[in-house]
Amino acid sequence: MSPALPDTFAQKALTASLSLALRLILFDGCLSECRSAQTWGLITSTADKMVVWTDFERSTIQDIFSKMDYEVVGPAALTRCLIVYPWTQRYFGNFGNLYNAAAIMGNPMVAKHGTTILHGLDRGVKNMDDLKTTYAELSVLHSEKLHVDPDNFKLLSDCLTIVVAAQLGKAFTAEVQAAFQKFLAVVVSSLGRQYH
Amino acid sequence: MLSKKQKDLIAEIWEGLISVADDIGADALLSVSCVPRSVRRMFASYPGTKTYFSHLDISHRSAHLLSHGKKIVLAIAEGAKDISQLTVTLAPLQTLHAYQLRIDPTNFKLFSHCMLVSLACHMGEDFTPEAHAAMDKYLSAFAAVLAEKYR
Repeated sequence: MSPALPDTFAQKALTASLSLALRLILFDGCLSECRSAQTWGLITSTADKMVVWTDFERSTIQDIFSKMDYEVVGPAALTRCLIVYPWTQRYFGNFGNLYNAAAIMGNPMVAKHGTTILHGLDRGVKNMDDLKTTYAELSVLHSEKLHVDPDNFKLLSDCLTIVVAAQLGKAFTAEVQAAFQKFLAVVVSSLGRQYH
Repeated sequence: MLSKKQKDLIAEIWEGLISVADDIGADALLSVSCVPRSVRRMFASYPGTKTYFSHLDISHRSAHLLSHGKKIVLAIAEGAKDISQLTVTLAPLQTLHAYQLRIDPTNFKLFSHCMLVSLACHMGEDFTPEAHAAMDKYLSAFAAVLAEKYR
């Protein structure tokens, strides 16, 4: 009788390689590249079990957001997104004048919505250990009602990163950036989770 | 592809960065080091990119990192001088990347993003949405031309 390979060994090996793959994928920021629903399901189903925050990451995120003026950064990030990636304007047809950069930057509906988005991120900052549940409802909303292509979440998060970088200057080191982007990547993943 | 206004904006930004580099006496690499910093940012946020540098010492402030970063910034700055001639300017680099380096072009996007972050850190409020859009467009064009000979 051949010695049975313990199931737990195979399971551990599988979990370990999945976890490594997931970390590589999360860090590579390639979430938006994963088109197949199967891969997407695999990633998101393991994502909530896999996110481990280091003390540095936790404190960095808390620090950045605690010092942030949501009413400045939110509008700045959203306007930047609408200007740098103009196709994102497709979701804001009823926002009035988005004709040029000046119009977008002066648009009060855009400003208000930018602030709303930042307050939404704030919920994630306060619930870093269960982002999946925190954003489940918003994910359904963006998918079923707003019909937003999840690729746009990454565009907005890139713009938010740039806005924060411009504010923090040298203090936005490579390590701080990595922590910030990791947080946003998990939020983006949670927001895309309920799409089907 | 890029409007005249965008081209002027880009040329202006890069001229400003390079002119500081020429002044060797001062803390010259401070501005140009925004590029080695971009490379460092890329390694921190996207560790997979480090796999292309296994033959070099890419630790913090290593000579390799600084010189490599400088090579990249000079190439990008050179391209910015006459964007309509990108294919001509980048021809040797196209061959290098296609036949020798064979870097997966997805990584160009990752590096471009880190470049933009470094520019934002360096320029603060001056990195306006218009400048950001123009620079992003330019870096995308640069990356596309660089990958042209891949297949």
